[in-house]
Amino acid sequence: MSVLVNKIRLYWPLIKSTQTGLLLATGIAGYLSAGTPIGLSTLLGVSLTLFLAISGSTILNMWYDHDIDARMKRTHKRPAAAGQLARAEVFWVGMVVSILGVGGALLIAPLYGAVVFAGWFFDVVVYTLWLKRRTCWSIVWGGISGAMPILSGRALATGQIDLVGILLALAILFWIPTHTLTFSIKFREDYANAGVPTFPSTYGETFTRATIAVSSVLAAVAIGWASVLIGVSAGYLRLIAVLTAGLLLLAFATFRVQSERVNFGLFKYASLYMLSSMIILAMKAF
Amino acid sequence: MKMSMLDRTLLLVTGLLAAYQIVVGINDLSTAPIIAYTIAFGVLLVAGLLLIILGFDVLDSPVVVIVSTVIPLALSLGLVWEHLSAFRTPYLVFAILGFLAVVATRATPMQNKLPTVAIAVVHGIAGLTIFLLPIVIAAQGAVRPAFALVGLGGALIGLGGLLLSFLKAGRPILSRETIFRVLPGLLLLMTACFVAGFKFG
Repeated sequence: MSVLVNKIRLYWPLIKSTQTGLLLATGIAGYLSAGTPIGLSTLLGVSLTLFLAISGSTILNMWYDHDIDARMKRTHKRPAAAGQLARAEVFWVGMVVSILGVGGALLIAPLYGAVVFAGWFFDVVVYTLWLKRRTCWSIVWGGISGAMPILSGRALATGQIDLVGILLALAILFWIPTHTLTFSIKFREDYANAGVPTFPSTYGETFTRATIAVSSVLAAVAIGWASVLIGVSAGYLRLIAVLTAGLLLLAFATFRVQSERVNFGLFKYASLYMLSSMIILAMKAF
Repeated sequence: MKMSMLDRTLLLVTGLLAAYQIVVGINDLSTAPIIAYTIAFGVLLVAGLLLIILGFDVLDSPVVVIVSTVIPLALSLGLVWEHLSAFRTPYLVFAILGFLAVVATRATPMQNKLPTVAIAVVHGIAGLTIFLLPIVIAAQGAVRPAFALVGLGGALIGLGGLLLSFLKAGRPILSRETIFRVLPGLLLLMTACFVAGFKFG
């Protein structure tokens, strides 16, 4: 029993629980945003399969990147990087969890499963294995992968890929650079030591901050547009408008005041903004 | 000064109350008050979130003076629009000009007392409106007595504004630490008064 508890303790950091939780929340919000009758078993199925697919891809990311994680101060204590877990074991756990997640998703509905698989494929194969060490533009593919949970949830509820689903996916796609680019500025030296190309090391901080600001604006536009199409009530639209105004204000401040504190403030606010937006979209179901 | 867990909780509840007011508290009003109240409670919500995220140091920013002008101006405009229809246009003009005056006097370096005068006039008129108008119309029976709570909120917003103004002026009547310690509770109490006043008034 204690061996199992110890394994769980070691594997928990490998799934990046906060990030996985946030992406899972987007998937559930995508499902609920359609306003279709809620099937409890389907909702549980979506939660479980998305959790497993996202966790599986994250574990495989940790497996492949153990060498660069070991060279970065921020990540060198991760169990895979610190050698607390055998590489082969991490790989197989990642594969089994991924297969359970994607396989389960395919069993629930082929279209839903296909979108979940696309997210896994973009994250593991395109982003992690192929592009992350080659170009700073790899984050676009990481972003597309992160946009798949919300698209999959929406596709499951509506049975198709509709405009709202695409807008919600775009919102996540444009929101993700706020995260990744903020990290790449804050831990610039770390990434340089590990030899990972980033926007700040390739194009400089000013361009990176401008990219963060522009992507925040685009994320806000996509969320706003999707909210109107979904038919969110006037009260909640007002709330989204207010939260969006805060996001735009911070994005503008990040560009004007080149301060790490403001930059990290935007990073935190953007997470809160996205979580709030997801809750508001999910309210459509109730 | 580091923000405690209690401070964060108080600010979060303040933000949730402001969000509630934006979503359901002003639904039955006409367009202009809805916009005015959305701006007022929206600034309160975003300011609360930024305080939680960035800490009390954010109050040192020069933008705070401008932002803290928006709340009383927008609230008082909403109240005047709803309850003093004869003064709608003059007050709208005052709100716009007052805001522009505060922005202009803060954005331009000035040695004279014009920035202080602009702040005092704008905050004074807006603050008195929020304080007195709900109490007077509640006393006249035009609205339910609970609406007077909005006036109490107006008194609290005035107190908060006073504390922040003295802090910005570098001559705090209370120490910086004391002001920061009471501010989250004051903001929550003020917002609760507004929300309860609108709900039950």
